[in-house]
Amino acid sequence: MGMREAGKAATAPESVTTESRLARAVLIALAVLFLAIFLILPVLVVFSEALAKGFSFYLTTFKDADAQAAIRLTLIVAAIAVPLNTLFGIAASWAIAKFEFPGKSLLTTLIDLPFSISPVISGMIYVLLFGAQGYFGPWLTAHGVQIIFALPGIVLATVFVTFPFVARELIPLMQEQGSADEEAALTLGASGFQAFLTITLPNIAWGLLYGVLLCNARAMGEFGAVSVVSGHISGLTNTIPLQVELLYNDYNFAAAFAMASLLTLLALVTLAAKTLLEMRYGDSLATSSRL
Amino acid sequence: MRIRVVDIAKDFGRTGALRGANLDIRDSELIALLGPSGSGKTTLLRVIAGLEIPKSGKVFFDDHDATAVPVQQRRIGFVFQNYALFKHMTVIDNIAYGLRVLPGAQRPSKTLIRNRAEELLKLVQLSGLGKRYPRQLSGGQQQRVALARALAVEPRVLLLDEPFGALDAKVRKDLRRWLRELHDCTGHTTVFVTHDQDEALELADRVAILNLGKVEQVGKPDEVYDNPGSAFVMSFVGDTSSLPVEFDGTRLLHEGQPLNATFGAVRGGRCRLYVRPRDIVLSVPGADRLPATIVSIHRTAAGRRAQIAVGRAATIIEAEIDIAAEITSGEPIGLSFAKGRVFPE
Amino acid sequence: MLRFRQQSVLPGFGIAFGFSLFYLSLIVLLPLAALVAEAAGLGLTGIWNIAVEPRVLAALRTSFGLAFLAAVADLFVGFLIAWVLTRYQFPGRKLLDAVIDLPFALPTAVAGIALATLYAPNGWIGAILAHIGVKIAFTPAGIFVALVFVALPFTVRPVQPLISEIDRSLEEVSATLGASRWQTIRYVIMPMLSPALLTGFALAFARSVSEYGSVIFIAGNLPYVSEIAPVLIVIKLQEFDYRGATAIALIMLALAFAALLAINLAQAMRRRRYGHA
Repeated sequence: MGMREAGKAATAPESVTTESRLARAVLIALAVLFLAIFLILPVLVVFSEALAKGFSFYLTTFKDADAQAAIRLTLIVAAIAVPLNTLFGIAASWAIAKFEFPGKSLLTTLIDLPFSISPVISGMIYVLLFGAQGYFGPWLTAHGVQIIFALPGIVLATVFVTFPFVARELIPLMQEQGSADEEAALTLGASGFQAFLTITLPNIAWGLLYGVLLCNARAMGEFGAVSVVSGHISGLTNTIPLQVELLYNDYNFAAAFAMASLLTLLALVTLAAKTLLEMRYGDSLATSSRL
Repeated sequence: MRIRVVDIAKDFGRTGALRGANLDIRDSELIALLGPSGSGKTTLLRVIAGLEIPKSGKVFFDDHDATAVPVQQRRIGFVFQNYALFKHMTVIDNIAYGLRVLPGAQRPSKTLIRNRAEELLKLVQLSGLGKRYPRQLSGGQQQRVALARALAVEPRVLLLDEPFGALDAKVRKDLRRWLRELHDCTGHTTVFVTHDQDEALELADRVAILNLGKVEQVGKPDEVYDNPGSAFVMSFVGDTSSLPVEFDGTRLLHEGQPLNATFGAVRGGRCRLYVRPRDIVLSVPGADRLPATIVSIHRTAAGRRAQIAVGRAATIIEAEIDIAAEITSGEPIGLSFAKGRVFPE
Repeated sequence: MLRFRQQSVLPGFGIAFGFSLFYLSLIVLLPLAALVAEAAGLGLTGIWNIAVEPRVLAALRTSFGLAFLAAVADLFVGFLIAWVLTRYQFPGRKLLDAVIDLPFALPTAVAGIALATLYAPNGWIGAILAHIGVKIAFTPAGIFVALVFVALPFTVRPVQPLISEIDRSLEEVSATLGASRWQTIRYVIMPMLSPALLTGFALAFARSVSEYGSVIFIAGNLPYVSEIAPVLIVIKLQEFDYRGATAIALIMLALAFAALLAINLAQAMRRRRYGHA
């Protein structure tokens, strides 16, 4: 091509499988601009608004009894929901990845179901079951048990919404790892439990951690489903996201964003951990490119 | 240890089903399970190991029925196809694993375990690499670690699934020889699965050929090569061409033209004649020879091969010809066969 | 049961499978059964009567219409971003790649108040737009912005691995046959990516339809104008109108599943024509 193309050299791509330098610059600029405006600006605004009235006001937000109650409730809910779903995730992925049984793909589909259901509907189904006019409502009232507008309802809704996270992370990982390592351990005399503990767990450790992190972030930040079952009693049944809503609707913006900044930090930490894990253990997390 | 496999059936293993497989493995022998993919050879190995539970049939270790013995208690050493080394453990920890998981009372002391592992590392010629992780080793080295790990539990039998499958040609040859030496000095009963006939013939004392979930023939390499018991064995082990023939009770005929011998044919009717390339004799056309035409000639590493169209149907067969022979494509010739075997169609 | 276990020498199937099934039934299946039971009580006419209430109809139109528009927007933006992040090397690329998951990780209520503040007439972006007479917050446009935000990762993530797996020699072949770079992208690359693009679109659409938290703060929630279906469900529940809430929920689920089914069918037809892609 030499001579004929010489004049174009400044803008011509270095190879036939990429675009010209100008086109690349424009495309990169567009992508960066969009991400900056749409994704990064909202995060900045959270911290900017939270600190709008100064750092000492920011700190006083968390001294409020209702705020502390909301933080405590959020921690309690996550402390129940995350271990339950982790246990389930390990059990389900063990059964699905290591064994053959009829109805396996149905089970896998059902596990993903909560992902495709609107958070509001996820909360609603528990109201239908346990609400004052729900199927078990009268019985629960007669026995003095409260589920909706109380801790159990909030936990149930959170468990439902975060149900698939750990399982979804582990199933493809364990399927791809196969059973050869565990079988090797068995031929060397290990019991089934020893094989699980010394071989399976270390093999899935990073994927498991990743799933737990995602599950936890979602459990602490869930809004729609919890909003439906909580009853919005400040100091009692408000989690952090609900407290954010309450403060915001009371035009108490600085406090609302201060509470929101906690969840934003959690999200950022989760993302950072995910990125680190992918960089260091990418080969054992990514389901496509492993040895 | 002697192993007997009796009438094993297995619906669907990972690689292939078994339909009544029988095999008698002698003490201290090195035996190859050879067959195409899906023939059930890996399934059979896994049944012996206790990794698959057969639907019916029995496995005997010496005279004990081992069918129901769990894999942990069979005392077998198993080398997996892709080695299944534990990625999160060092080489030495991989080798020591089988000793560490022993119940408290039987478990040797930490120093003993370490010494034993070091010893094995030396045996597989990897001294000094104990602190490395599996991914830091080459394929051949990983293979030897897998073997050392299997030997650590002092197995009564060594089972290897496609042990050289993932290695390149040169390493494969070295490892084969090394495995043979190792077998000769440790004297373990050793069973390995392969789809490579050269590997089986070169390495094994005896070869068991599997097809469609059954053991078709077991014998020394010479036996299975020179006296194949079935058309399948003949064509799977070594190059083979075949011709449709008919047996009229006394003579073997191809398109009505009698052949120079009957090649063991007994039952009348349509059958096929199987011949090795070097057993095909080329000469000028004549009454006692099959009319044929040379289609093409090509050079191989060792000699020359000719593609020959036989008779009216122009069935293509392959013959080995002398380097010096003056033959050209398109030339009409006469064929006869020095050796061959007839099997029913 | 015994038949299953024969498949593997690994232990623990019974307990793992049993626990999974029990937990799944308790947490997911039983509550969903309540939904079905409630719907059965309503009957088809009952559901229909609620569906054609003008306010419900308007909310459904808002939800599905804006979700569709947002998914279309994300389809284009997502492809652009996936392409840039996968194909080009530039400083900050890794950071941007990590940021893509932000809408997934950030709680929806936080996103909601942040977006509402940004796009309010006195907000950073809202003030600029107010100059040229554009109003985003508290209008349907605000809902659109929120949905584009929450659904973005769903159109980027499925496409990225496919872009990196493209066999460069296909692009080179196209070039040797005289195609311009744009023609190569249009006729060679895009068709290879289309299943992933379609999957991304479907996921983004499904997510947008069901979104609640990030929308309610910026939407204004004006009946007939900027009220989405999930908001109406919440209102009905607050009025203890379980049947009304159930009907709207069912219509949403049915429409969403119909849309996903249509996309899956399109994928299946495509696969039949082009083989595994």
